[in-house]
Amino acid sequence: MLQDKDRIFTNLYGQDDWKLAGARRRGDWDNTADILAKGRDAVVAEMKASGLRGRGGAGFPTGLKWSFMPKQSDGRPHYLVINGDESEPGTCKDREVMRHEPHKLIESALIASFAMGAHAAYIYIRGEFFREAEHLQYAVDEAYEAGLIGKNASGSGWDFDFYIHRGAGAYICGEETALLESLEGKKGQPRMKPPFPAGVGLYGCPTTVNNVESISVASTIMRRGGAWFAGLGRPNNTGSKLMAISGHVNTPCVFEEELGVPLKEIIEKHGGGVRGGWDNLLAVIPGGCSVPVLPKSICETVLMDYDSLRAERSGLGTACMIVMDKSTDIIEAIARFSRFFKHESCGQCTPCREGTGWMMRMMDRMVQGRAELDEIDLLEQVTRQVEGNTICALGDAAAWPVQGLIRHFRPEMEARIRQYKAALGSTGLVQVPAHGIPVAAE
Amino acid sequence: MNTPWKPAEQPEQFTFDAESEAEIVKVLKKYPEARKASAVMPILYIAQRQMGRETGSAWVPLVAMDEIAKRLDMAPIRVYEVASFYTMYNTRPIGRYHLQVCTTTSCWLRGSDAVVQACKKATGINNVGETSEDGLFTLTQVECLGACANAPILQVDDDFYEDMDGPSTEALIAALRTDERPAAGPVTNRCGSAPEGGRKTLLETPEAASENQ
Repeated sequence: MLQDKDRIFTNLYGQDDWKLAGARRRGDWDNTADILAKGRDAVVAEMKASGLRGRGGAGFPTGLKWSFMPKQSDGRPHYLVINGDESEPGTCKDREVMRHEPHKLIESALIASFAMGAHAAYIYIRGEFFREAEHLQYAVDEAYEAGLIGKNASGSGWDFDFYIHRGAGAYICGEETALLESLEGKKGQPRMKPPFPAGVGLYGCPTTVNNVESISVASTIMRRGGAWFAGLGRPNNTGSKLMAISGHVNTPCVFEEELGVPLKEIIEKHGGGVRGGWDNLLAVIPGGCSVPVLPKSICETVLMDYDSLRAERSGLGTACMIVMDKSTDIIEAIARFSRFFKHESCGQCTPCREGTGWMMRMMDRMVQGRAELDEIDLLEQVTRQVEGNTICALGDAAAWPVQGLIRHFRPEMEARIRQYKAALGSTGLVQVPAHGIPVAAE
Repeated sequence: MNTPWKPAEQPEQFTFDAESEAEIVKVLKKYPEARKASAVMPILYIAQRQMGRETGSAWVPLVAMDEIAKRLDMAPIRVYEVASFYTMYNTRPIGRYHLQVCTTTSCWLRGSDAVVQACKKATGINNVGETSEDGLFTLTQVECLGACANAPILQVDDDFYEDMDGPSTEALIAALRTDERPAAGPVTNRCGSAPEGGRKTLLETPEAASENQ
């Protein structure tokens, strides 16, 4: 497990001063110009050597992503866009960076922007994080005041501006191209790819979009070396990662941990154990609601990293886990995600716009058991019709939790249906939800 | 301060006040001149806040959207589109305090149902989405607020109240009624998102940690 000396986010809980003086004391902004003096290629090479994979959920190698930016500008400016639209249910890690480690973020943004030839970075913060944006703005003002950013940032000779843009309550803006649309003043509806943002991104210019955490670790990686970071975790799953535990544990919290540690150990150590003891565990959703649920049997042994969870047909996602004990109505827990995705679908692609509604309505009936047994297969089929048939991954994300539920908890779903039939008789296919709300009126 | 809420009606006109104008100047500096449409979201917020200051109900009337469209050289429909796409712009008047309860899975697992019930009980609101008769409170059910380790969350305007339960929700609403805004953050004895009962990591002093770097 990760030792305190290897932690990157040393003010994670805001136990110390988050402003410039405190950040400097913790080592931020220490000779930043020396890092930039190594040159653009050296910075990218160090990031590649660290093995850092994107911390927002997809896990794409960060150094490689940076290297996609054009080496020479063709006259168009380059942009770094930081994704702080943290809205994935269960996920609450970037919030801690923005409010308690804002200078680590700004300094790393300078390094990253330099490495991709960008003189400006925009951070897109979800609208609800008003206080977090306030903290970050305060830190940005401090950094300008101290000459750390702006013209000749930190005395490096590189000009760098950092701007904050607040979202307004749309989960879809966490998708990188929807985020760019939103930043341009439009509805947040994802763009077709290609062209990829590295070629045509913000304002039609080369752009890299990175998660807050992926950016924020850059300054420490540059100071301590890619090899240090790569020495943590497991091969292809290197480094430490911000994680969170919510739900039925004794002490929900956010923390930084090494990748590749057993899930069970993490829950025992950081979460203070499952409420009522380990044997009271029902299931864990390991990384935000888009990744499929894992039953207790898998949680016994699985490691918390990209490849181990992928092998169990789930995923690391944002590494912010939701723990559920045996008192949980697992069908209702997943149905809430279906409601979430129905609410958050941007409406651009038909399979997602309509499919999320179908999934939600079917899941609502599954919660009651007001369905036929073979409708479980029908539901599964609906998820397959949505998955892979949309411009962005929201359709997939909506499909996976339902698929995970069916894969691991089908007996529970069947029992619910039998129970309903036993109590109320067979009802056949019922199209109107029990609450009496006509489908068209929702 | 707690002015009563007037029924839904679009005002005849809207003019940005001096405070808003100063903020607009700052916002426009963030984006290239030719890309000033990017400022539509921040300026909608500015208009909404000004309405809150002026009327006690933070919402964006159509005339304000028209004014924004004019300033940013956008077709008015583009501004309406943005205002209606994003849930945080209130296109109808709301109560003085906007109570937003997260009911997504993480919050639900830790008792968001009790928070919703307490909100209804303390405000007299019968259904989620409605405004109390005295115009003080609007109750909205929202999706994940991104503070799941401190669930359940009740957001009141800009502030997150964390680790809530029924009694703490009622106490919070009672305080709001007396025009008082309790400090935001966890209502239990926690430091941010650290585990209850004290940190389990970062036990070294920051000085020692930075020497190690």
